[in-house]
Amino acid sequence: MNKTPRVLARATRVSKSYDEGRISVLRDVSLTVHAGELVALWGASGSGKSTLLHLLGGLDAPDRGELSVCGLDPAPEPNRLTLRRHRIGFVFQLHNLIPDLTVEENLRVPALAIGRNGRETRARIATLAGQVGLTHRLGHRIQELSGGERQRTAICRALMNTPQLLLADEPTGSLDETTGATVFELLKNLAEREGIAVILATHERRFAEACHRIVRVRDGQLQEIAA
Amino acid sequence: MEILSLVLTNLRRHRWRALIGTAGIAFGVAAMLTILAIVSGAIGMFQRILASDSHYLVFERNVSDLFFSSVTAAQVAAIRAEPDVASAHPVLFGLVSAPDHPVITCFGIEATDPRLAHATWLAGNRASFGANENEVFLGARAAEFLGARYGESIDIGRGRFRVAGILKTENGFEDGGVFLPLTAAQSFFHRGDAASVVSVKLRDRSRGAEFKRAIQAAQPGVIALENREFNSSYNSFKILNFTAWAVGICAFCLGGLGVANTMLLSVFTRIREIAVLRVCGFSRPQVATLIFGEAAALAAAGLVAGFALGFVLLAGLQRVPQFQGYVRADLDPLVLLGIVATAFITAGAGAIYPARFASRVQPAEALRYE
Repeated sequence: MNKTPRVLARATRVSKSYDEGRISVLRDVSLTVHAGELVALWGASGSGKSTLLHLLGGLDAPDRGELSVCGLDPAPEPNRLTLRRHRIGFVFQLHNLIPDLTVEENLRVPALAIGRNGRETRARIATLAGQVGLTHRLGHRIQELSGGERQRTAICRALMNTPQLLLADEPTGSLDETTGATVFELLKNLAEREGIAVILATHERRFAEACHRIVRVRDGQLQEIAA
Repeated sequence: MEILSLVLTNLRRHRWRALIGTAGIAFGVAAMLTILAIVSGAIGMFQRILASDSHYLVFERNVSDLFFSSVTAAQVAAIRAEPDVASAHPVLFGLVSAPDHPVITCFGIEATDPRLAHATWLAGNRASFGANENEVFLGARAAEFLGARYGESIDIGRGRFRVAGILKTENGFEDGGVFLPLTAAQSFFHRGDAASVVSVKLRDRSRGAEFKRAIQAAQPGVIALENREFNSSYNSFKILNFTAWAVGICAFCLGGLGVANTMLLSVFTRIREIAVLRVCGFSRPQVATLIFGEAAALAAAGLVAGFALGFVLLAGLQRVPQFQGYVRADLDPLVLLGIVATAFITAGAGAIYPARFASRVQPAEALRYE
Protein backbone atom coordinates (compact mmCIF):
# COMPACT_ATOMS: atom_id res chain seq x y z
CA MET A 1 0.00 0.00 0.00
CA ASN A 2 1.35 3.39 -1.01
CA LYS A 3 1.54 5.88 1.81
CA THR A 4 1.09 9.58 0.98
CA PRO A 5 4.32 11.39 1.92
CA ARG A 6 4.02 13.70 4.90
CA VAL A 7 3.55 17.41 4.24
CA LEU A 8 6.62 19.18 5.58
CA ALA A 9 6.01 22.72 4.42
CA ARG A 10 2.83 24.50 3.53
CA ALA A 11 2.28 28.14 2.63
CA THR A 12 -1.32 29.22 2.22
CA ARG A 13 -2.14 32.55 0.53
CA VAL A 14 1.00 34.19 1.85
CA SER A 15 1.91 37.80 1.05
CA LYS A 16 5.02 39.75 1.92
CA SER A 17 6.06 43.29 1.17
CA TYR A 18 8.85 45.60 2.29
CA ASP A 19 9.27 49.33 2.79
CA GLU A 20 5.88 49.72 4.46
CA GLY A 21 4.06 47.93 1.68
CA ARG A 22 5.65 49.90 -1.15
CA ILE A 23 7.64 46.91 -2.44
CA SER A 24 5.42 43.86 -2.83
CA VAL A 25 7.55 40.71 -3.11
CA LEU A 26 5.05 37.85 -2.71
CA ARG A 27 1.33 38.14 -3.40
CA ASP A 28 -1.10 35.57 -2.14
CA VAL A 29 1.13 32.56 -2.87
CA SER A 30 0.54 28.98 -1.82
CA LEU A 31 2.90 26.01 -1.86
CA THR A 32 2.99 22.52 -0.41
CA VAL A 33 6.13 20.40 -0.11
CA HIS A 34 6.21 16.73 0.95
CA ALA A 35 8.93 14.64 2.54
CA GLY A 36 11.47 13.36 0.00
CA GLU A 37 10.65 16.01 -2.56
CA LEU A 38 13.22 18.18 -4.30
CA VAL A 39 11.33 21.32 -5.28
CA ALA A 40 12.91 24.07 -7.36
CA LEU A 41 11.85 27.68 -6.78
CA TRP A 42 13.00 28.95 -10.13
CA GLY A 43 13.12 32.59 -11.04
CA ALA A 44 15.22 35.62 -11.73
CA SER A 45 17.08 37.54 -9.06
CA GLY A 46 14.69 39.60 -6.94
CA SER A 47 11.68 37.52 -7.90
CA GLY A 48 10.99 36.56 -4.26
CA LYS A 49 12.60 33.08 -4.05
CA SER A 50 14.77 33.95 -1.06
CA THR A 51 11.90 35.75 0.64
CA LEU A 52 9.74 32.62 0.44
CA LEU A 53 12.59 30.52 1.88
CA HIS A 54 13.09 33.04 4.69
CA LEU A 55 9.37 32.92 5.50
CA LEU A 56 9.38 29.12 5.58
CA GLY A 57 12.51 29.13 7.76
CA GLY A 58 11.06 31.61 10.23
CA LEU A 59 13.72 34.17 9.39
CA ASP A 60 11.01 36.60 8.44
CA ALA A 61 7.25 36.85 9.04
CA PRO A 62 4.56 37.14 6.36
CA ASP A 63 2.22 40.13 6.17
CA ARG A 64 -0.73 37.83 5.47
CA GLY A 65 -1.39 34.15 5.03
CA GLU A 66 -0.56 30.99 6.94
CA LEU A 67 2.60 28.95 7.16
CA SER A 68 3.14 25.51 8.55
CA VAL A 69 6.57 23.91 8.66
CA CYS A 70 6.94 20.40 10.06
CA GLY A 71 3.58 20.97 11.72
CA LEU A 72 4.59 24.24 13.40
CA ASP A 73 3.82 27.88 12.70
CA PRO A 74 7.34 29.35 12.24
CA ALA A 75 6.38 32.84 13.46
CA PRO A 76 6.53 32.47 17.30
CA GLU A 77 10.08 32.53 18.69
CA PRO A 78 9.88 29.16 20.51
CA ASN A 79 8.67 27.47 17.28
CA ARG A 80 11.40 29.18 15.27
CA LEU A 81 14.02 27.86 17.68
CA THR A 82 12.60 24.34 17.55
CA LEU A 83 12.52 24.44 13.75
CA ARG A 84 16.02 25.85 13.33
CA ARG A 85 17.50 23.53 15.90
CA HIS A 86 15.85 20.25 14.91
CA ARG A 87 13.71 20.38 11.77
CA ILE A 88 15.19 22.81 9.23
CA GLY A 89 18.64 23.21 7.69
CA PHE A 90 19.72 26.28 5.71
CA VAL A 91 22.24 26.45 2.87
CA PHE A 92 23.14 29.86 1.43
CA GLN A 93 24.74 30.98 -1.81
CA LEU A 94 27.80 32.36 0.01
CA HIS A 95 28.01 29.37 2.39
CA ASN A 96 28.17 31.71 5.45
CA LEU A 97 30.70 29.59 7.28
CA ILE A 98 32.77 31.12 10.09
CA PRO A 99 36.06 31.84 8.36
CA ASP A 100 38.60 31.36 11.17
CA LEU A 101 37.16 28.08 12.35
CA THR A 102 38.07 24.73 10.90
CA VAL A 103 35.59 22.61 8.97
CA GLU A 104 35.03 20.46 12.06
CA GLU A 105 34.50 23.50 14.30
CA ASN A 106 31.99 24.95 11.84
CA LEU A 107 30.11 21.67 11.82
CA ARG A 108 29.96 21.72 15.62
CA VAL A 109 28.10 25.06 15.71
CA PRO A 110 24.55 23.61 15.33
CA ALA A 111 25.39 20.94 17.92
CA LEU A 112 26.50 23.68 20.32
CA ALA A 113 23.11 25.34 19.95
CA ILE A 114 21.34 22.23 21.22
CA GLY A 115 24.01 21.23 23.74
CA ARG A 116 24.62 17.87 22.14
CA ASN A 117 27.49 15.96 23.77
CA GLY A 118 30.93 15.65 22.23
CA ARG A 119 30.91 11.94 21.36
CA GLU A 120 27.60 12.11 19.52
CA THR A 121 28.72 15.22 17.66
CA ARG A 122 32.03 13.66 16.62
CA ALA A 123 30.22 10.60 15.26
CA ARG A 124 27.76 12.73 13.30
CA ILE A 125 30.56 14.88 11.84
CA ALA A 126 32.48 11.78 10.78
CA THR A 127 29.40 10.33 9.05
CA LEU A 128 28.51 13.54 7.21
CA ALA A 129 32.08 14.36 6.22
CA GLY A 130 32.45 10.81 4.89
CA GLN A 131 29.26 11.15 2.81
CA VAL A 132 30.42 14.35 1.10
CA GLY A 133 34.12 13.47 0.84
CA LEU A 134 35.39 16.00 3.36
CA THR A 135 36.98 13.66 5.89
CA HIS A 136 40.50 14.73 4.91
CA ARG A 137 39.52 18.41 5.22
CA LEU A 138 38.04 18.40 8.73
CA GLY A 139 41.06 20.07 10.33
CA HIS A 140 41.39 22.74 7.64
CA ARG A 141 40.26 26.31 8.00
CA ILE A 142 37.53 27.58 5.69
CA GLN A 143 39.97 29.89 3.85
CA GLU A 144 41.92 26.81 2.78
CA LEU A 145 38.94 25.18 1.04
CA SER A 146 37.75 25.43 -2.56
CA GLY A 147 34.30 26.86 -3.36
CA GLY A 148 32.79 23.39 -3.74
CA GLU A 149 34.31 22.16 -0.49
CA ARG A 150 32.95 25.21 1.32
CA GLN A 151 29.46 24.57 -0.03
CA ARG A 152 29.66 20.89 0.90
CA THR A 153 30.73 21.97 4.39
CA ALA A 154 27.72 24.31 4.53
CA ILE A 155 25.43 21.43 3.51
CA CYS A 156 26.93 19.20 6.21
CA ARG A 157 26.40 21.98 8.77
CA ALA A 158 22.75 22.24 7.67
CA LEU A 159 22.38 18.48 8.15
CA MET A 160 24.13 18.27 11.54
CA ASN A 161 20.94 18.12 13.63
CA THR A 162 19.19 15.73 11.17
CA PRO A 163 16.60 18.16 9.75
CA GLN A 164 13.50 17.07 7.83
CA LEU A 165 13.52 20.09 5.54
CA LEU A 166 16.48 21.69 3.78
CA LEU A 167 16.12 25.26 2.51
CA ALA A 168 18.82 25.93 -0.06
CA ASP A 169 19.12 29.48 -1.36
CA GLU A 170 21.09 29.49 -4.65
CA PRO A 171 23.62 26.97 -3.31
CA THR A 172 25.20 26.61 -6.73
CA GLY A 173 25.06 30.31 -7.57
CA SER A 174 28.70 31.07 -6.83
CA LEU A 175 30.16 27.79 -8.11
CA ASP A 176 31.55 26.77 -11.49
CA GLU A 177 29.50 24.43 -13.68
CA THR A 178 31.12 21.14 -12.56
CA THR A 179 31.22 21.99 -8.86
CA GLY A 180 27.66 23.29 -9.03
CA ALA A 181 26.55 19.99 -10.53
CA THR A 182 28.27 18.03 -7.76
CA VAL A 183 26.56 20.10 -5.06
CA PHE A 184 23.21 19.73 -6.83
CA GLU A 185 23.63 15.93 -6.99
CA LEU A 186 24.35 15.93 -3.29
CA LEU A 187 21.07 17.75 -2.57
CA LYS A 188 19.14 15.47 -4.89
CA ASN A 189 20.55 12.39 -3.15
CA LEU A 190 19.49 13.79 0.21
CA ALA A 191 15.92 14.05 -1.00
CA GLU A 192 15.82 10.68 -2.72
CA ARG A 193 17.85 8.57 -0.29
CA GLU A 194 17.31 10.26 3.07
CA GLY A 195 13.72 11.38 2.52
CA ILE A 196 14.56 14.98 3.34
CA ALA A 197 12.43 17.59 1.64
CA VAL A 198 14.66 20.05 -0.22
CA ILE A 199 13.44 23.42 -1.44
CA LEU A 200 16.02 24.81 -3.81
CA ALA A 201 15.91 28.44 -4.87
CA THR A 202 17.77 28.76 -8.16
CA HIS A 203 17.88 30.90 -11.26
CA GLU A 204 19.62 28.14 -13.28
CA ARG A 205 17.22 26.32 -15.51
CA ARG A 206 19.32 23.14 -15.75
CA PHE A 207 19.15 22.55 -12.02
CA ALA A 208 15.46 23.46 -11.86
CA GLU A 209 14.71 20.95 -14.60
CA ALA A 210 16.49 18.18 -12.73
CA CYS A 211 14.27 18.65 -9.65
CA HIS A 212 11.11 16.67 -8.90
CA ARG A 213 8.97 19.78 -9.18
CA ILE A 214 9.53 23.23 -10.60
CA VAL A 215 7.74 26.22 -9.12
CA ARG A 216 8.35 29.33 -11.16
CA VAL A 217 8.53 32.54 -9.14
CA ARG A 218 7.68 35.63 -11.16
CA ASP A 219 6.15 39.01 -10.26
CA GLY A 220 5.40 37.81 -6.73
CA GLN A 221 3.40 34.82 -7.92
CA LEU A 222 4.12 31.08 -7.95
CA GLN A 223 3.40 28.93 -10.97
CA GLU A 224 3.92 25.17 -10.91
CA ILE A 225 5.32 23.98 -14.23
CA ALA A 226 6.05 20.46 -15.43
CA ALA A 227 9.44 19.13 -14.40
CA MET B 1 34.03 22.76 20.99
CA GLU B 2 32.15 24.28 23.88
CA ILE B 3 30.77 27.82 23.96
CA LEU B 4 33.95 28.83 25.84
CA SER B 5 36.18 27.77 22.98
CA LEU B 6 33.97 29.73 20.57
CA VAL B 7 34.43 32.72 22.89
CA LEU B 8 38.22 32.33 22.88
CA THR B 9 38.28 31.77 19.13
CA ASN B 10 36.35 34.99 18.57
CA LEU B 11 38.79 36.92 20.74
CA ARG B 12 41.77 35.34 18.98
CA ARG B 13 40.38 36.33 15.58
CA HIS B 14 40.29 39.98 16.64
CA ARG B 15 43.34 39.96 18.83
CA TRP B 16 44.26 43.67 18.59
CA ARG B 17 40.76 44.67 19.47
CA ALA B 18 40.73 42.15 22.34
CA LEU B 19 44.09 43.47 23.50
CA ILE B 20 42.73 47.02 23.71
CA GLY B 21 39.75 45.84 25.77
CA THR B 22 42.07 43.82 28.01
CA ALA B 23 44.41 46.80 28.42
CA GLY B 24 41.47 48.97 29.54
CA ILE B 25 40.62 46.55 32.32
CA ALA B 26 44.29 45.95 33.15
CA PHE B 27 44.94 49.67 33.64
CA GLY B 28 41.83 49.92 35.82
CA VAL B 29 43.02 47.00 37.96
CA ALA B 30 46.57 48.37 38.21
CA ALA B 31 45.31 51.87 39.07
CA MET B 32 42.95 50.58 41.74
CA LEU B 33 45.57 48.25 43.19
CA THR B 34 48.15 51.03 43.38
CA ILE B 35 45.80 53.64 44.82
CA LEU B 36 44.43 51.23 47.42
CA ALA B 37 47.91 50.01 48.34
CA ILE B 38 49.12 53.56 48.89
CA VAL B 39 46.02 54.63 50.80
CA SER B 40 45.92 51.54 52.98
CA GLY B 41 49.68 51.86 53.48
CA ALA B 42 49.21 55.45 54.66
CA ILE B 43 46.25 54.55 56.85
CA GLY B 44 48.15 51.59 58.27
CA MET B 45 51.07 53.81 59.16
CA PHE B 46 48.85 56.35 60.87
CA GLN B 47 47.15 53.55 62.78
CA ARG B 48 50.50 52.24 63.92
CA ILE B 49 51.56 55.71 65.08
CA LEU B 50 48.43 55.94 67.18
CA ALA B 51 48.54 52.39 68.41
CA SER B 52 52.21 52.50 69.38
CA ASP B 53 52.50 50.27 72.42
CA SER B 54 48.92 51.03 73.53
CA HIS B 55 45.42 49.59 73.75
CA TYR B 56 43.19 52.66 73.75
CA LEU B 57 43.19 56.11 72.18
CA VAL B 58 41.67 59.03 74.04
CA PHE B 59 40.88 62.21 72.13
CA GLU B 60 38.42 65.10 72.04
CA ARG B 61 34.82 64.04 71.46
CA ASN B 62 33.14 64.95 68.16
CA VAL B 63 36.28 66.31 66.54
CA SER B 64 36.48 66.12 62.74
CA ASP B 65 40.18 65.32 62.62
CA LEU B 66 42.76 64.37 65.23
CA PHE B 67 44.87 67.37 64.26
CA PHE B 68 42.13 69.56 65.79
CA SER B 69 41.67 67.46 68.92
CA SER B 70 42.66 68.88 72.31
CA VAL B 71 43.19 66.80 75.41
CA THR B 72 44.33 69.06 78.22
CA ALA B 73 47.14 68.33 80.69
CA ALA B 74 44.51 68.01 83.42
CA GLN B 75 42.67 65.39 81.39
CA VAL B 76 45.94 63.55 80.75
CA ALA B 77 46.63 63.57 84.47
CA ALA B 78 43.12 62.24 85.14
CA ILE B 79 43.65 59.44 82.66
CA ARG B 80 46.95 58.51 84.27
CA ALA B 81 45.24 58.47 87.65
CA GLU B 82 42.78 55.79 86.55
CA PRO B 83 43.60 52.52 88.38
CA ASP B 84 43.42 50.42 85.19
CA VAL B 85 45.96 52.55 83.32
CA ALA B 86 49.53 51.24 83.11
CA SER B 87 50.82 54.10 81.00
CA ALA B 88 49.45 57.07 79.05
CA HIS B 89 51.43 59.01 76.45
CA PRO B 90 50.13 62.27 75.04
CA VAL B 91 51.00 63.13 71.44
CA LEU B 92 50.50 66.49 69.76
CA PHE B 93 50.27 66.45 65.98
CA GLY B 94 51.18 69.48 63.96
CA LEU B 95 52.18 70.40 60.46
CA VAL B 96 55.24 72.48 59.79
CA SER B 97 57.04 73.57 56.68
CA ALA B 98 60.68 73.88 55.76
CA PRO B 99 62.33 75.46 52.71
CA ASP B 100 61.27 73.35 49.66
CA HIS B 101 59.13 71.10 51.89
CA PRO B 102 55.71 72.65 52.49
CA VAL B 103 54.26 69.90 54.68
CA ILE B 104 56.14 67.97 57.33
CA THR B 105 54.37 66.19 60.16
CA CYS B 106 55.54 67.18 63.60
CA PHE B 107 55.12 64.93 66.63
CA GLY B 108 55.19 66.53 70.05
CA ILE B 109 55.95 63.74 72.52
CA GLU B 110 57.33 63.21 75.99
CA ALA B 111 60.80 61.81 76.58
CA THR B 112 59.23 58.65 78.02
CA ASP B 113 57.26 57.91 74.84
CA PRO B 114 57.84 54.27 73.78
CA ARG B 115 58.48 55.20 70.11
CA LEU B 116 61.77 56.85 71.18
CA ALA B 117 62.79 53.64 72.93
CA HIS B 118 61.82 51.47 69.95
CA ALA B 119 63.62 53.64 67.37
CA THR B 120 67.14 53.03 66.11
CA TRP B 121 69.17 56.10 66.91
CA LEU B 122 71.41 56.98 63.97
CA ALA B 123 72.75 60.08 65.73
CA GLY B 124 72.27 61.49 69.20
CA ASN B 125 70.49 59.53 71.89
CA ARG B 126 67.20 59.20 73.66
CA ALA B 127 68.55 60.66 76.90
CA SER B 128 69.06 64.04 75.24
CA PHE B 129 65.39 64.29 74.10
CA GLY B 130 63.97 67.42 75.69
CA ALA B 131 67.14 68.18 77.61
CA ASN B 132 67.75 71.49 75.84
CA GLU B 133 65.62 74.16 74.22
CA ASN B 134 65.43 74.77 70.47
CA GLU B 135 66.39 71.24 69.61
CA VAL B 136 64.65 69.04 67.12
CA PHE B 137 64.91 65.33 66.41
CA LEU B 138 64.46 64.10 62.87
CA GLY B 139 63.16 60.89 61.38
CA ALA B 140 65.82 59.33 59.13
CA ARG B 141 63.93 60.10 55.93
CA ALA B 142 63.18 63.65 57.05
CA ALA B 143 66.88 64.17 57.70
CA GLU B 144 67.56 62.83 54.22
CA PHE B 145 65.11 65.03 52.34
CA LEU B 146 65.93 68.09 54.46
CA GLY B 147 69.64 67.45 53.87
CA ALA B 148 70.20 67.92 57.62
CA ARG B 149 72.97 66.38 59.67
CA TYR B 150 73.38 65.89 63.38
CA GLY B 151 74.45 69.09 65.12
CA GLU B 152 73.46 71.37 62.24
CA SER B 153 70.83 74.07 62.56
CA ILE B 154 67.80 74.00 60.30
CA ASP B 155 64.79 76.22 59.66
CA ILE B 156 61.47 74.64 60.50
CA GLY B 157 58.41 76.83 60.34
CA ARG B 158 59.20 80.17 61.93
CA GLY B 159 61.95 78.75 64.14
CA ARG B 160 65.54 77.66 63.83
CA PHE B 161 66.44 74.42 65.57
CA ARG B 162 69.55 72.42 66.20
CA VAL B 163 69.34 68.79 65.06
CA ALA B 164 69.95 66.94 68.30
CA GLY B 165 69.21 63.45 67.04
CA ILE B 166 68.28 61.37 64.02
CA LEU B 167 66.22 58.26 64.58
CA LYS B 168 65.12 55.49 62.27
CA THR B 169 61.64 54.14 62.86
CA GLU B 170 59.78 51.45 60.93
CA ASN B 171 56.87 53.77 60.35
CA GLY B 172 57.09 55.85 57.18
CA PHE B 173 55.10 58.76 58.65
CA GLU B 174 57.33 58.98 61.70
CA ASP B 175 60.42 58.44 59.63
CA GLY B 176 59.48 61.41 57.47
CA GLY B 177 58.53 63.60 60.44
CA VAL B 178 60.16 65.77 63.03
CA PHE B 179 59.96 65.19 66.79
CA LEU B 180 59.78 67.94 69.36
CA PRO B 181 59.45 67.62 73.10
CA LEU B 182 55.74 67.94 73.93
CA THR B 183 56.06 71.26 75.76
CA ALA B 184 58.12 72.75 72.92
CA ALA B 185 55.55 71.57 70.38
CA GLN B 186 52.66 72.98 72.46
CA SER B 187 54.41 76.33 72.55
CA PHE B 188 55.34 76.21 68.85
CA PHE B 189 51.75 75.45 67.78
CA HIS B 190 50.14 77.75 70.38
CA ARG B 191 48.22 74.87 71.88
CA GLY B 192 48.64 75.72 75.55
CA ASP B 193 48.97 72.46 77.47
CA ALA B 194 46.92 70.36 75.07
CA ALA B 195 47.82 67.17 73.27
CA SER B 196 45.99 65.75 70.25
CA VAL B 197 45.60 62.21 71.53
CA VAL B 198 46.63 60.09 74.44
CA SER B 199 47.77 56.51 73.81
CA VAL B 200 46.74 54.43 76.77
CA LYS B 201 48.08 51.05 77.81
CA LEU B 202 46.03 49.15 80.37
CA ARG B 203 47.34 46.90 83.09
CA ASP B 204 44.71 44.32 82.12
CA ARG B 205 43.34 44.63 78.63
CA SER B 206 40.19 42.75 79.52
CA ARG B 207 39.18 45.69 81.69
CA GLY B 208 38.90 47.96 78.67
CA ALA B 209 35.14 48.46 78.96
CA GLU B 210 35.46 49.57 82.60
CA PHE B 211 38.25 51.99 81.69
CA LYS B 212 36.23 53.40 78.83
CA ARG B 213 33.16 53.93 81.01
CA ALA B 214 35.16 55.50 83.83
CA ILE B 215 37.11 57.92 81.67
CA GLN B 216 34.09 59.05 79.68
CA ALA B 217 32.09 59.58 82.88
CA ALA B 218 34.87 61.57 84.52
CA GLN B 219 35.84 63.50 81.37
CA PRO B 220 32.75 64.05 79.23
CA GLY B 221 34.71 66.10 76.69
CA VAL B 222 36.82 63.12 75.55
CA ILE B 223 36.15 59.78 74.01
CA ALA B 224 38.13 56.56 74.51
CA LEU B 225 38.22 54.05 71.68
CA GLU B 226 39.95 50.75 71.43
CA ASN B 227 42.44 50.86 68.55
CA ARG B 228 40.27 48.52 66.46
CA GLU B 229 37.16 50.66 67.09
CA PHE B 230 39.08 53.78 66.17
CA ASN B 231 40.34 52.32 62.89
CA SER B 232 36.83 51.46 61.77
CA SER B 233 35.20 54.72 62.87
CA TYR B 234 37.73 57.44 62.15
CA ASN B 235 36.25 59.71 59.49
CA SER B 236 39.52 60.55 57.77
CA PHE B 237 40.22 56.86 57.16
CA LYS B 238 36.71 56.43 55.76
CA ILE B 239 37.14 59.44 53.46
CA LEU B 240 40.53 58.19 52.28
CA ASN B 241 39.17 54.71 51.61
CA PHE B 242 36.10 56.08 49.87
CA THR B 243 38.25 58.36 47.71
CA ALA B 244 40.56 55.49 46.79
CA TRP B 245 37.64 53.29 45.72
CA ALA B 246 35.97 56.19 43.89
CA VAL B 247 39.13 57.00 41.91
CA GLY B 248 39.72 53.30 41.24
CA ILE B 249 36.15 52.79 40.04
CA CYS B 250 36.52 55.81 37.73
CA ALA B 251 39.60 54.15 36.27
CA PHE B 252 37.53 50.98 35.87
CA CYS B 253 34.72 52.90 34.17
CA LEU B 254 37.21 53.97 31.51
CA GLY B 255 38.18 50.31 31.19
CA GLY B 256 34.49 49.42 30.94
CA LEU B 257 34.07 51.90 28.08
CA GLY B 258 37.04 50.20 26.41
CA VAL B 259 35.31 46.83 26.75
CA ALA B 260 32.03 48.30 25.47
CA ASN B 261 33.85 49.73 22.47
CA THR B 262 35.68 46.48 21.80
CA MET B 263 32.53 44.42 22.07
CA LEU B 264 30.48 46.82 19.93
CA LEU B 265 33.10 46.75 17.19
CA SER B 266 33.26 43.01 17.51
CA VAL B 267 29.46 42.70 17.18
CA PHE B 268 29.16 45.19 14.31
CA THR B 269 31.77 43.36 12.26
CA ARG B 270 30.13 40.00 12.93
CA ILE B 271 26.48 40.75 12.25
CA ARG B 272 26.29 38.21 9.41
CA GLU B 273 28.06 35.63 11.55
CA ILE B 274 25.65 36.24 14.44
CA ALA B 275 22.79 35.87 11.97
CA VAL B 276 24.24 32.52 10.91
CA LEU B 277 24.44 31.40 14.55
CA ARG B 278 20.77 32.29 14.94
CA VAL B 279 19.97 30.35 11.76
CA CYS B 280 21.90 27.39 13.19
CA GLY B 281 19.66 27.38 16.25
CA PHE B 282 21.33 29.75 18.71
CA SER B 283 18.70 31.44 20.87
CA ARG B 284 18.89 35.10 21.80
CA PRO B 285 20.16 34.28 25.32
CA GLN B 286 22.83 32.02 23.79
CA VAL B 287 24.04 34.86 21.55
CA ALA B 288 24.05 37.23 24.53
CA THR B 289 25.96 34.62 26.57
CA LEU B 290 28.57 34.50 23.83
CA ILE B 291 29.07 38.28 24.00
CA PHE B 292 29.09 38.34 27.82
CA GLY B 293 31.50 35.40 27.72
CA GLU B 294 33.86 37.39 25.53
CA ALA B 295 33.62 40.37 27.90
CA ALA B 296 34.27 38.10 30.90
CA ALA B 297 37.30 36.60 29.14
CA LEU B 298 38.60 40.14 28.51
CA ALA B 299 38.04 40.94 32.19
CA ALA B 300 39.87 37.78 33.28
CA ALA B 301 42.83 38.54 31.02
CA GLY B 302 42.73 42.18 32.15
CA LEU B 303 42.79 41.08 35.79
CA VAL B 304 45.85 38.88 35.28
CA ALA B 305 47.67 41.62 33.36
CA GLY B 306 46.46 44.32 35.76
CA PHE B 307 47.57 42.47 38.88
CA ALA B 308 50.95 41.76 37.31
CA LEU B 309 51.34 45.40 36.26
CA GLY B 310 50.05 46.69 39.62
CA PHE B 311 52.33 44.55 41.76
CA VAL B 312 55.37 45.39 39.59
CA LEU B 313 54.44 49.08 39.96
CA LEU B 314 54.05 48.69 43.73
CA ALA B 315 57.38 46.87 44.00
CA GLY B 316 58.94 49.79 42.13
CA LEU B 317 57.20 52.38 44.33
CA GLN B 318 58.36 50.63 47.47
CA ARG B 319 61.93 51.29 46.36
CA VAL B 320 61.34 55.01 45.86
CA PRO B 321 62.55 56.77 49.04
CA GLN B 322 59.57 59.19 49.13
CA PHE B 323 57.17 56.26 49.21
CA GLN B 324 59.01 54.14 51.74
CA GLY B 325 56.56 52.87 54.31
CA TYR B 326 53.58 54.39 52.47
CA VAL B 327 52.98 51.46 50.12
CA ARG B 328 51.35 48.33 51.45
CA ALA B 329 51.53 45.63 48.79
CA ASP B 330 49.91 42.93 50.96
CA LEU B 331 46.33 44.03 50.45
CA ASP B 332 43.46 42.49 52.34
CA PRO B 333 42.04 39.48 50.38
CA LEU B 334 38.62 41.13 50.57
CA VAL B 335 40.02 44.19 48.81
CA LEU B 336 41.53 41.97 46.10
CA LEU B 337 38.17 40.22 45.79
CA GLY B 338 36.57 43.65 45.48
CA ILE B 339 38.91 44.51 42.59
CA VAL B 340 38.11 41.20 40.87
CA ALA B 341 34.37 41.79 41.30
CA THR B 342 34.67 45.37 40.04
CA ALA B 343 36.54 44.18 36.94
CA PHE B 344 33.88 41.61 36.07
CA ILE B 345 31.01 43.99 36.84
CA THR B 346 32.59 46.71 34.70
CA ALA B 347 33.22 44.35 31.79
CA GLY B 348 29.72 42.92 32.15
CA ALA B 349 28.17 46.40 32.18
CA GLY B 350 30.25 47.30 29.11
CA ALA B 351 28.88 44.25 27.32
CA ILE B 352 25.19 44.91 28.04
CA TYR B 353 24.48 47.05 24.99
CA PRO B 354 26.59 44.95 22.57
CA ALA B 355 24.94 41.75 23.86
CA ARG B 356 21.49 43.27 23.54
CA PHE B 357 22.29 44.44 20.03
CA ALA B 358 23.71 41.06 19.04
CA SER B 359 20.80 39.10 20.44
CA ARG B 360 18.37 41.26 18.45
CA VAL B 361 20.10 40.81 15.10
CA GLN B 362 17.45 39.84 12.55
CA PRO B 363 18.88 36.96 10.50
CA ALA B 364 16.77 37.73 7.43
CA GLU B 365 17.84 41.38 7.49
CA ALA B 366 21.51 40.49 7.97
CA LEU B 367 21.55 37.79 5.29
CA ARG B 368 19.33 39.50 2.72
CA TYR B 369 22.11 41.39 0.98
CA GLU B 370 24.65 38.65 0.53
